[in-house]
Amino acid sequence: MNWSDRIAPAVKAIPPSGIRRFFDIAAEMKGVISLGVGEPDFITPWHIRESCIHGLHRGYTSYTSNYGLLELREEITKSLHKDYQVTYDPRQEVLVTVGVSEGLDLAMRALLGPGDEVLVPEPCYVSYKSCVALAGGTPITIPTKVENEFRITAEQLEEYVTPRTKILLIGYPNNPTGAIMSREDLEGIAAFALKHDLIVISDEIYAKLTYDGTHTCFSSLPGMRDRTIVLNGFSKAYAMTGWRIGYAVSNVEFIAAMTKIHQYTMLCTPITAQIAAIEALKSGGKNVEHMVSEYNYRRRLIFNGFCQMGLDCFEPKGAFYIFPSIKKTGLTSLEFAEQLLMTEKVALVPGDAFGESGEGFVRCSYATSTKNITEALERIGRFIESIKK
Amino acid sequence: MKELLECLERDHTQTPEQLAIMLNKPAEEIAALIKKYQDEKVIIKYQTIIDWEKAGVDNVTAVIEVRITPQREVGFDAIAERIYRYSEVRSLYLMSGGYDLSVTVEGTSLKEVADFVSTKLSTIDGVVSTTTHFMLKKYKYAGVIIKDEEEEHRLVISP
Repeated sequence: MNWSDRIAPAVKAIPPSGIRRFFDIAAEMKGVISLGVGEPDFITPWHIRESCIHGLHRGYTSYTSNYGLLELREEITKSLHKDYQVTYDPRQEVLVTVGVSEGLDLAMRALLGPGDEVLVPEPCYVSYKSCVALAGGTPITIPTKVENEFRITAEQLEEYVTPRTKILLIGYPNNPTGAIMSREDLEGIAAFALKHDLIVISDEIYAKLTYDGTHTCFSSLPGMRDRTIVLNGFSKAYAMTGWRIGYAVSNVEFIAAMTKIHQYTMLCTPITAQIAAIEALKSGGKNVEHMVSEYNYRRRLIFNGFCQMGLDCFEPKGAFYIFPSIKKTGLTSLEFAEQLLMTEKVALVPGDAFGESGEGFVRCSYATSTKNITEALERIGRFIESIKK
Repeated sequence: MKELLECLERDHTQTPEQLAIMLNKPAEEIAALIKKYQDEKVIIKYQTIIDWEKAGVDNVTAVIEVRITPQREVGFDAIAERIYRYSEVRSLYLMSGGYDLSVTVEGTSLKEVADFVSTKLSTIDGVVSTTTHFMLKKYKYAGVIIKDEEEEHRLVISP
């Protein structure tokens, strides 16, 4: 029997994550300095872990409402109101999800039908286009350019919009580029969404990791609250990647539609993670401040290092990635990453893993110690010198 | 500049140049600030935290609660000064509550520490009583977990 024939065409059609192909080689090597890790190097702050342990002691091991614990939803709406002055009803307009990944999947499945198109600025997080495709939609790639600080403009989007366009999917601060969008930038995008009657899915998982400027929650823009699904979570700001907890906020109808799928698939997010998330929102602020200032120091260190090496490099404004251009070396991003790994044992991610527009760049995460960053920069510098000869 | 002091407290081995990049300030300004803080004794000293047990050096540490009679005009300070001048004393704090001074004493043996308490500390005029607690194990010191078992479990490459 040819088992491959049994696999669903939609699944066969999507490529495996470009990041994963590297994993097997890098994982086997000793002495590798990794700039390829897309998660904080901090461990979840102790008081958050402790709240989970305490929850277990008290016997919190059951299912929760499909929407999530009401206390958590209340804390989420409170924090959104405090940070962005946007108001949601915790009972009907918040869904606690298994990470932003599930939120993204649910949003796509709840909204898309065959032939619907989704505008996706690129380079972008590896799951975006695949999630669209798996939900039966068609991703339409909008290339962003380093000259424009990897931002999108309404004019640019106009070139790609069609009568079939239903959703605009954005993620700022951006993985992998570290780009952010100003409020003015986003107002232009909001006007575009209104003009074409689009739904906007805004992945704001890196919102708290904004170093230059202020993050604007997309749904806080005039007219956007009811046509935006904001996705966010605890992974990055609170160093809670393994807890798999995120949330979606939007109007009643969208959240109800997403919850329908959620209740038949995940059912609910693990209660232990929800208890920890409540603690994170209630008293995790100081830890976030500490981690953000630490990332900010490292951001400057790594940016300066790449500039001194002579690599063209956009200064990231958010998230914890830097996306230098390696075009000058004459290598493709995959060749660069592979050769660097083999010769100098530094792991980073080739830019094409984030879409075609990422070609010619590599993603380096600075969620690692300053010692590792300094050593990695030295090795990368040596590698670049060696290929010049 | 609080950020500079925080950076130095975390790792004082970073060079002014490196700190300048991290703090987005000119290197000369950072070097001048460090000197100023050193001169003003904001930065008192750079210290290395050593796990002596791992280094194979056996030390005995005792935390001693000391009750004293405060003296006219100088309060607790004169007796405190007499105590902290001893090289055996690693730290000394004036405390509120059931006793007045918390004295940390370090020696190479139990006998050495006991001798210090009985012959030097207890005999100071104004010292009313001492209660000695020997330290059995050091878990955390100066904000640093001594045996940090929170190893990194991250994958080498992740999304």
